Amino acid sequence: MEHKGKITDLQSHTGVEVMRCYQCGKCTAGCVLATDMNFPPSYVMRLLQTGTKENYIKILGSNSIWLCLNCENCLGRCPMEIDIPKMMDYLRTQAIKENILHPDSKPIISFHRSFLDSIKYTGRLYELGLIAEFKARTFRVTQDLTIAPAMFLKGKLHLLPEKIKDRMTMKRIFAKTIENVKTENK
Amino acid sequence: MKIGFYPGCSLTGSSREYNESVVAIAKVLDIELTEINDWNCCGATAAHSMNEELSMSLPARIMAMAEKQGLTEVVVPCAACYNRLKVTQHDLKDETKRKRVSEILQLPYDGSIEIINVLQMLEKYGAENIKAKVTQPFAHKVACYYGCLLVRPHSILQFDRVEDPQSMDELIKVVGGTTIDWAFKTECCGGGFSVSRTDLVAKLSGNILEDAADRGAEALIVACPMCQSNLDMRRGAINKVIERPSDIPVIYITQAIGLALGIDAKELGLKRHFVTVEL
Repeated sequence: MEHKGKITDLQSHTGVEVMRCYQCGKCTAGCVLATDMNFPPSYVMRLLQTGTKENYIKILGSNSIWLCLNCENCLGRCPMEIDIPKMMDYLRTQAIKENILHPDSKPIISFHRSFLDSIKYTGRLYELGLIAEFKARTFRVTQDLTIAPAMFLKGKLHLLPEKIKDRMTMKRIFAKTIENVKTENK
Repeated sequence: MKIGFYPGCSLTGSSREYNESVVAIAKVLDIELTEINDWNCCGATAAHSMNEELSMSLPARIMAMAEKQGLTEVVVPCAACYNRLKVTQHDLKDETKRKRVSEILQLPYDGSIEIINVLQMLEKYGAENIKAKVTQPFAHKVACYYGCLLVRPHSILQFDRVEDPQSMDELIKVVGGTTIDWAFKTECCGGGFSVSRTDLVAKLSGNILEDAADRGAEALIVACPMCQSNLDMRRGAINKVIERPSDIPVIYITQAIGLALGIDAKELGLKRHFVTVEL
């Protein structure tokens, strides 16, 4: 089934014209996690080029979009300068919006949400709070039990969060962006 | 020489030795660092993975605060923050995006500040000065590891060579060290997956350490807190997946230079690493 509207949306949000990819495979050759992905980056490009709904959903539900580290090696080497990392950011937000999520996305989304929660209230990252919230979200209670005390002993962990003064602006930034239903996942 | 300073969250917590060494060598090199007032987190990978407007607004507030303070140039030692600030500055050249972000921030932002990384600061204000002030040459053979965020995307950052950067290597040579040619200079260490996918970080960071060890490096030199913490704090997980467990230390370029300038190891935060540093 044709699904061109989604490809047009992708292009208008990211500037990526999927048809410009001529499948040279340099992105996949340079991708450090290509072998861990359901589809390596050049394959994601090819699936998008078909323009079918089936393939678009296949991509949203794959682990490829979540395992992309945005290291930008693909973009650095692409002869057509196709911004795959930017496209991956967009596809991730679409996958959340459509609620088509590969199981590999769960710890990664949990980490991002814990990170953002931490800075929303204080303005700065509170690493201990981030780890605690991540554990609560993922039930990985025993993870890093030895590293955290060692970090503390080496002076690398604050027990209390650092708070900025202008927390009103932080609150407004979150309210008008990620918490704003109209622009959410844009 | 006066210059603005954005430490970022890592430098106040898990990577405070980076902050300590930046401050210590700046003092010796007569570079006066002025911290941005009431700075906030740049949002890092989490923000741009989850929401584009959030990912631009957080760095924009930092730069708006710096502008308000009258700063014209700001050094950003964390490669991730440096990348986010530079990319935001580039994205906000688009008028529609700038208008939207100004609406969110309710702060004036004109995007005029020069954002530089620590290597650029040292090249610009330090190179000659450093050479003259070396008291204990850093006579070691090391691998300079740049990672992703200092050099990519090149079209925006316009810093060094994208595949085989040289600026850190040059600084090491200035303080009396030698650098190896190797294959993993700009390969990703696993970045933000340190907590969520430690297994992948162990694999990727393991490849980097193995190549450096094979080519005889005594240490890895870095300029990014995420690279440092993955290669150092995650050494236990890394050593479980690589063939020959490694005890190569991973230190910041500012610590290597600090040692050459005769600054005490403790003041440079060299006791805070997980892998013991004996250089």
